[in-house]
Amino acid sequence: MRKIYSKIDSIAGNVITVSADGIKYGDLAVVSSTYGDSLANVIRLDGEKVALQVFSGGRGISTGDEVRFLGHPMEVSFSDNLLGRIFTGSGKPRDKGPTLEENMIEIGGPSVNPAMRIIPRNMIRTGIPMIDVFNSLVESQKLPIFSVSGEPYNELLARIAMQAEVDMIILGGMGLKYDDYLYFKETLENGGAMSRTIFFVHTAADPIVECLLVPDLSLAVAEKFALQGKKVLVLLTDMTNFSDAMKEIAITMEQVPSNRGYPGDLYSQLASRYEKAVDFEGAGSITILAVTTMPGDDVTHPVPDNTGYITEGQYYLRNGRIEPFGSLSRLKQMVNKDTREDHRALMDGMIKLYASYKESLEKMSMGFRMSDWDEKLLKYGERFEAEMMDLSVNIPLEKALDKGWEILGESFTSEETGLRTDLINKFWPGKKEEN
Amino acid sequence: MIKSSGKVVGVNGNMVSVEVEGQVSLNEVGYIVLGDQRLKSEVIRIKGSRAEMQVFEMTTGIGIGDAVELTGELLAVELGPGLLTQIFDGLQNPLPQLAEKCGFFLQRGIYLNALPRDKKWDFTPLVKAGASVTDGDSLGFVPEGIFKHQIMVPFNYTDSYTVKKIVPAGKYTVETEIAVIEDEKGNQFPVTMMFTWPVKRAITSYAERLKPVDPMITKVRIIDTFLPVALGGTYCIPGPFGAGKTVLQQVTSRHAEVDIVIIAACGERAGEVVETLKEFPELIDPKTGKSLMERTIIICNTSSMPVAAREASVYTAVTLAEYYRQMGLNCLLLADSTSRWAQAMREMSGRLEEIPGEEAFPAYLESVIAGFYERAGLVRLRNGKQGSVTIGGTVSPAGGNFEEPVTQATLKVVGAFHGLSRERSDARKYPAIHPLDSWSKYSSIIPHEQVEYARKILFRGNEVGQMMKVVGEEGTSIDDYITYLKSDFLDYVYLQQNSFDPVDAAVSVERQKYVFTILIDILAASFSLTSKNDARHFFNQLRQKFLDFNGSEWQGEGFKKLENEIKSMVADKKNS
Ligand SMILES: Nc1ncnc2c1ncn2[C@@H]1O[C@H](COP(=O)(O)OP(=O)(O)OP(=O)(O)O)[C@@H](O)[C@H]1O
Ligand SMILES: [Mg+2]
Repeated sequence: MRKIYSKIDSIAGNVITVSADGIKYGDLAVVSSTYGDSLANVIRLDGEKVALQVFSGGRGISTGDEVRFLGHPMEVSFSDNLLGRIFTGSGKPRDKGPTLEENMIEIGGPSVNPAMRIIPRNMIRTGIPMIDVFNSLVESQKLPIFSVSGEPYNELLARIAMQAEVDMIILGGMGLKYDDYLYFKETLENGGAMSRTIFFVHTAADPIVECLLVPDLSLAVAEKFALQGKKVLVLLTDMTNFSDAMKEIAITMEQVPSNRGYPGDLYSQLASRYEKAVDFEGAGSITILAVTTMPGDDVTHPVPDNTGYITEGQYYLRNGRIEPFGSLSRLKQMVNKDTREDHRALMDGMIKLYASYKESLEKMSMGFRMSDWDEKLLKYGERFEAEMMDLSVNIPLEKALDKGWEILGESFTSEETGLRTDLINKFWPGKKEEN
Repeated sequence: MIKSSGKVVGVNGNMVSVEVEGQVSLNEVGYIVLGDQRLKSEVIRIKGSRAEMQVFEMTTGIGIGDAVELTGELLAVELGPGLLTQIFDGLQNPLPQLAEKCGFFLQRGIYLNALPRDKKWDFTPLVKAGASVTDGDSLGFVPEGIFKHQIMVPFNYTDSYTVKKIVPAGKYTVETEIAVIEDEKGNQFPVTMMFTWPVKRAITSYAERLKPVDPMITKVRIIDTFLPVALGGTYCIPGPFGAGKTVLQQVTSRHAEVDIVIIAACGERAGEVVETLKEFPELIDPKTGKSLMERTIIICNTSSMPVAAREASVYTAVTLAEYYRQMGLNCLLLADSTSRWAQAMREMSGRLEEIPGEEAFPAYLESVIAGFYERAGLVRLRNGKQGSVTIGGTVSPAGGNFEEPVTQATLKVVGAFHGLSRERSDARKYPAIHPLDSWSKYSSIIPHEQVEYARKILFRGNEVGQMMKVVGEEGTSIDDYITYLKSDFLDYVYLQQNSFDPVDAAVSVERQKYVFTILIDILAASFSLTSKNDARHFFNQLRQKFLDFNGSEWQGEGFKKLENEIKSMVADKKNS
């Protein structure tokens, strides 16, 4: 039998301390107050003083409440029964399904031995030209969407989830607006994808500590499925809320903040989650697509900044479009050589011309004279934005490449594009038929 | 040594407080006993009988009262033949062997021998019984891949000794006694091919330190010509995320003209190490004809591995570099990223509740960084040979702003600064080293006046470029415009370099000198170009030719043809 303690020494924010012995670092406990039971875990041991963070928060807890230690760290059930289910940030059902208690696994487990990793090699197709053509997503990649509130980043995530060729989707929601949660749910249900999806959702109204657990729960489950051979796509939205929850706990614990109030280990904390992305040789994989909203649209803010140092590139979502500049998939060169021979060249060529278009735009705005070349670029740029960048465009990679040639062909002469002659001969509109 | 024991009295993240019975020393290693697991830790503060230890593993499951075994020994690494080609974690555990044992995941509490114990090395003695020796003197050697690995008197035997016994040539393991040495008092000490050395103490078994002068060739043009690094020198590469720090180090680790490269992947992505890990065994070092792995050691403590071991990893790396320096070799240590190491210090300092300095980094940040880079250096060994350790560290400044503590502390102590600029990397101008903001105190492979001349063009071109943004092309004089085009040309064909092009990725000194002469001639020429359109057209064409020239095999047919075409293009437009 586990010991029960009924005297809480202190309550500050979401952190309580009790005097207890035989407790292990990281252990889980149940705190029973008049508002119900809540899980809590041990975050510091100092002699017999045990500090716990209470998942449902400190509000309403009284010094006379009961604390019952469970003798093990936070766990989550793992089985196929998880599929189609929706849980909270502490792993309780959010849907009407039963509580799952079979086959409990640890969360936040050890990292993969670097010597066992393999070089990423498979592209994940999304049907979004700005991703597939210009910054291909790669299986086992970790990639955030940098955006600001108001942008359709959750719509984008949901769409990628629906279209990506993966076996399973795990959605980790942190501080998710209730409407957004419903949106994800409806989209996946309507798309018939719910049966291969698991939700761990912390909504904006839920206790903050539960937000902290979402990535670990999602990734622990993802890891097990991946080991069983599943290609898992993990969606985490919004990691800025996760970081803010960490900041809140750190401040309660009186840790010295390093940068704008965030704890000094923000980088390590984020990295230990993102680094769960992996391709297991002979088994499945985990790909992580996250959302990081940038407070004040400032990429040097500690959250996007630390994220950028961890992830393998980023997509900038701005004005409802994935920006070609700034966006970068650092792994794209691993896969875009094997798609179609014109892929890389077209990608580089079209971006260079788009950059020239931007220069022409700037010149125009400064009142400089527009040359014929400028006019051509302006025409090209508009079409590029409407027919490639617009998020409503939904075509497979090959169609997108063909579209690219079509736009080029109708905007320029073939020499003006700077593309290789052999490709021009093969793909330039009109030439194909001649040959 | 006295071995004490203790009990856990507190746990805070990866810091554990221990009540010790008996003596305890700072930086001593201890193990926290957790059932059948023993978790390696290091003493980082002592107050009375209470010691704070940083645990090199996850601390989940540790409880009050758990037993602690202290070893009486400092955190140390194994030195001896068999280090090369290996992939270690920050505490020198060989990762491939760990994988054989534990599978996909790292398992805490498992520590393996860094050096293979069963492998037999072909030993040739170099001294006879009766010889007098001291620390660092060679007793013999074994072939380790392409090197003659010197078997030296361990570095802590700093007195004078007489060799009492030495084994004949033959095959021995690292644990076999190969010699016995005797000090002046008659105490005898057995010597094996392997010994340990505490990582936080510099190895100083040499005659003297010398000023680094000879360039360390990286085969990256902008570095060798404009921002050189010396053998035995230090340099840093700060830059915002994605600016190209890691790619630059990867390129350097492949092509640098040194004997040994030690890669310390410190708190960065595991995926990046994997690339090196999988590719190096396949890549042939043109100098030796053997795989690049034969001259490489990888120390890998990636971002999701325990933070305390991250701090140890850079010291492990530099100790291995110093060890090979003692054999008269030139070693290059590449650390990516020193900021992660500094952050590890910051985390620990916070748990110790030390008074924080700027951005919560500890007040001793500067001196620790200085102490680390001080371990680089060119030395004259007691046998007259020279060896060197060159250190290049990347820095990942918060927000990409160089005014932060780690960048600033590093800039104070290094000999060269290769600052990467977001502007250049966004424009895909790689390597994105800012040519005007960066500096080096070392000397270039190209005569100083010529480099300065080129730098002036860059500077002036940049000024004109800025001005043009305001007044437009129309408002710029043709002379200024040509200077601008020249500087742009220099940037494109010389400063920028395609790391992924088989030829352009690595440019020999010989070729750099040759090409630079052609370039200087173009920069210094006055051209008969009367309109801006003509000028732009001319330089565009010249640039295209030059880029093809850069991509052509050194002194091959294409090279010569393009060289002639460039020269005649220039001659055509040049004012005599
Ligand atoms: N020399 C280069 N040539 C071509 N592309 C490059 C070069 N250097 C960098 N890149 C591009 O930039 C990307 C990021 O480079 P890298 O990983 O070296 O950045 P970093 O500065 O180490 O970033 P972080 O701080 O996040 O680790 C690469 O994946 C590559 O696409
Ligand atoms: Mg890097």
